[in-house]
Amino acid sequence: MPESKSEILQGTLDLMVLQTLEAMGPQHGYRIARRIEQISEDALQVNQGTIYLCLVRLLQKKWIKAEWGTSENNRKARFYSITNAGRKQLAAEAENWQRVSGAISRLLALSGQR
Amino acid sequence: MLSSLYRAAARIRALFASRAFDQDLSSEIESHISLRTEDHLRRGVPPEEAERLARVEFGSVSQLREAHREIRGVPFVDTLLQDLRYALRLSRQNPGFTLFAVLIIGLGIGASSTVFSIVNSLLIRPLPFRDATRLVWISNLADDGISEWNTQVDNFLDLRAKNTSFSDLTGYFGHFEPGDTKLTEGGLTHRLSGLRVSQNFFPFLAVQPLLGRNFTGEECKPNGPGAALLSYGFWRRYYASDPTIVGRQITLNDQPVTIVGVAPSSFDFGTVFAPGNHIDVFLPMPLSEETNRWGNTLSIIGRLKPGITLPRARTELKILAARMQRLHPERQTFRPVLTSLDEHVTGHVRRPVIVLAWAVAIVMLTVCANIANLQLARSLGRQKEIAVRVAIGAGRRRLIRQMLTEGMVLSLCGAVFGLLLAFLVVRLLAGLTAFKLPLLSTVRMDPACLAFSLSLALISGLLFGLAPALQISLASVHDKLKDTTRSATGTRHHLWLRNTLVVSEIVLACVLLSGAGLLIRSFINVLQLNLGFQPERAAAFHIDHNYSSLEEKTKFCDRVLERVRTLPGIRAAALTDNLPLVGDRSWDIAAKGKLYQRGHYPEGFIRLVSDGYIRAMGIPLRAGREFTPRDTSTSEPVALVNETAARTLWPGQDPIGQLVIAEGGQHPARRVVGVVADVRHRSLEQGSGCELYIPLPQRDENTPLYLVVRTALPPAALAFSIRTALRPIAPGLSTDEFRTMQQVVDAAVSPRRFIVLLLSGFSAFALVLAALGIYAVISYSINQRQIELGIRMALGATVRELQGDVLLQALKLASLGMLMGGIAAWSVSRALASLLFGVTSTDPLTFFATVLVLTSIALVAAYLPAVRISKIEPQAALRGS
Repeated sequence: MPESKSEILQGTLDLMVLQTLEAMGPQHGYRIARRIEQISEDALQVNQGTIYLCLVRLLQKKWIKAEWGTSENNRKARFYSITNAGRKQLAAEAENWQRVSGAISRLLALSGQR
Repeated sequence: MLSSLYRAAARIRALFASRAFDQDLSSEIESHISLRTEDHLRRGVPPEEAERLARVEFGSVSQLREAHREIRGVPFVDTLLQDLRYALRLSRQNPGFTLFAVLIIGLGIGASSTVFSIVNSLLIRPLPFRDATRLVWISNLADDGISEWNTQVDNFLDLRAKNTSFSDLTGYFGHFEPGDTKLTEGGLTHRLSGLRVSQNFFPFLAVQPLLGRNFTGEECKPNGPGAALLSYGFWRRYYASDPTIVGRQITLNDQPVTIVGVAPSSFDFGTVFAPGNHIDVFLPMPLSEETNRWGNTLSIIGRLKPGITLPRARTELKILAARMQRLHPERQTFRPVLTSLDEHVTGHVRRPVIVLAWAVAIVMLTVCANIANLQLARSLGRQKEIAVRVAIGAGRRRLIRQMLTEGMVLSLCGAVFGLLLAFLVVRLLAGLTAFKLPLLSTVRMDPACLAFSLSLALISGLLFGLAPALQISLASVHDKLKDTTRSATGTRHHLWLRNTLVVSEIVLACVLLSGAGLLIRSFINVLQLNLGFQPERAAAFHIDHNYSSLEEKTKFCDRVLERVRTLPGIRAAALTDNLPLVGDRSWDIAAKGKLYQRGHYPEGFIRLVSDGYIRAMGIPLRAGREFTPRDTSTSEPVALVNETAARTLWPGQDPIGQLVIAEGGQHPARRVVGVVADVRHRSLEQGSGCELYIPLPQRDENTPLYLVVRTALPPAALAFSIRTALRPIAPGLSTDEFRTMQQVVDAAVSPRRFIVLLLSGFSAFALVLAALGIYAVISYSINQRQIELGIRMALGATVRELQGDVLLQALKLASLGMLMGGIAAWSVSRALASLLFGVTSTDPLTFFATVLVLTSIALVAAYLPAVRISKIEPQAALRGS
């Protein structure tokens, strides 16, 4: 099972977090981590703590913002939401991702033909 | 782009809120884990397992925290802050060392900053005028080919009209004197220093009056309406910065005058053109027939046109002057000498200031060597601490950085102290008026100076932080963790480094000391000079007189002398028109019956004196007689000459009874009645040239009058009674016009005194540092050699022998230092040559004294710790405790 998990590409996590926040609205750290886990169907190995490093970076770049709130189990939690700058970044990143992954798929298909 | 900017800003902010960030992170982690645990419980994981699982999945919290810090902050600054905290804690643990180090560094940096501010004002910053580099000082070479004269008005006007090199020329009356202008107000008289300037003087220098306006053309005509422009200092002092001053009528020299303006504070005429003097009022100088008759009176400044070089202007003016001379033989000779204004103002102090700069650099180096040495000694005590830190994972680079940070903390603390010191000293310096140094009042701490001090602190912090840091790289952790106190000899290379530092301190001290020694000897030589008069117990007053005819003036002089001479405590009193070392004027003189080529007349310095002057000044009379009350306007015209004049005019003959022409052919020749000693009247270092004394009653001329008294008591005690005695006939005699002749001499030696004082201070400081260095090294080596010394004592060596041994060690260091220092001093002393007087730059006595002082200091510094040897208990030392 561990072999089937992939190391996450640097920068990819940013994209995933931004997309999660865009799709689901304000979320706290655990929900974001959980969501990424579920969507990727456990294929991607995310050390759960890592999400917070990603979050602080995004906060510093003002792509997301954070507010203190209360979690569903009545604990103090920080709720993150995407900003306008973050949306722009997401759009750019997503387009870039499509282009790259499309190119790589085509490349892989090409080598399959031989 | 924007996002990375945001991120940088956020990182810097995070530095200051590290704790808050940590807390936020902690609570986030806590809620994350609790949520996860609940999820696990919901899925049926047993409770004791659920939380553990959640934590495992989360990963290492402490690692995350570190990574979090690194991402959100600036890691370099973070460690720096850590190092700083550590350094500060360390310095609190050892306040004695810290205080001492900060004190030494502070003194070093304070001295350096002060000297830098002087260098900056005198040599680096341009003169405080617009386009100061294009300003040229134009003087007139005197007949003796050495001294410089002023220029006659007509020559100036011609030059100004005909030259093509200068965009403009301006001039001021060069023979101004302190207290030469009289202000009468409400029945009281004040002596002011006034300066007559040509109309374009202020516009030429681009000096904009703070209040009011410049002189008008009308005011600069002969007998035009009286106008005065106040200097900023006088306006502030005397008129309490009265903003409504412009337009007020005052009485100057018994003439009604309107105050038309106030000069700005940035324009201090005295500090640039007449160091040691200050000007109170500026008056217009008419360039007229009348002022032309006054002779060579104008000091000229020119502004070069863009693109014209100084040599080109020099050539042009030479040709112009020769042509003017041919066309107007009736005028005074004019041989223009051109120097850049900068050179004229500061040229003569450039060398001393550079010497000072080098001296202070040496002091600063000594400070660095000393602190490095102390740091080394301290790092030795910290070897175990350092080894432990290495063992628990501190990298070598991290440790070196720690050491450097400690050095920086020390040097920056020192810099703060030093800057405070420098601020105080610079304030003091700028206010010194007794020193005849140009631009002294413009010396100040400016941003350049601050930047200099700061970089100095950083560099020196690097230097003495580096010494112990190097030590770390040499040390091997393993050895240090083991007890090292049992080794009998101590670490070799450690001692080597420290010895090198001490030797270099001695070398530096040697260079400074010998340089200071040479200058002190020159200073003493100057003080011991035979001045030709006796300044002790003599004083001078400037006296006002309303001169209308020679007869009245003579009567006034007689009454003054009569009153003063009867005062108790007055040994002699006389009047003169000029004091030695204060003012000068010279004429062409000639022995009657001899032929001289035009322009080759001997130059004679003229003094109009009353009877008794020679005695009152204490000038030795060599032959003949001095003036008596019988030398009057109706008796035969007579003169006294000094020995140089006697030799020059009548070589090999008896001068008494000869005739001398001093006032041009139309005046009768004067009979020489006496020969007096040469008086050093121009400067102490300069010979006197030919001097000629003329009786006051025999020359019809309006000159200033100085009363010279020789007293039995200290002259200051008599100032009051003299003023009281003269009040009925000279009511305007004010206090500030009294000065002792000693003050006059002191002012003349003040530039020399200035540099000698500073340099002596520096060398004393360097000497103390060198002594400290020797003390530290010897005391350390005794500590290291306790066991060795104990063994030798046990084997029968006496304390005296062992002490001798230690002293010899110090002496070896000192001799090595002195040998190298001697060579260094010998090779740099030539740079001092132009500052020396009466000693050669390789004066053996000075070098011998230097060696003597350094040797005794080294021995004392070594003896103090050596005393401790007698306290060593051989038993205890051998046990190694």
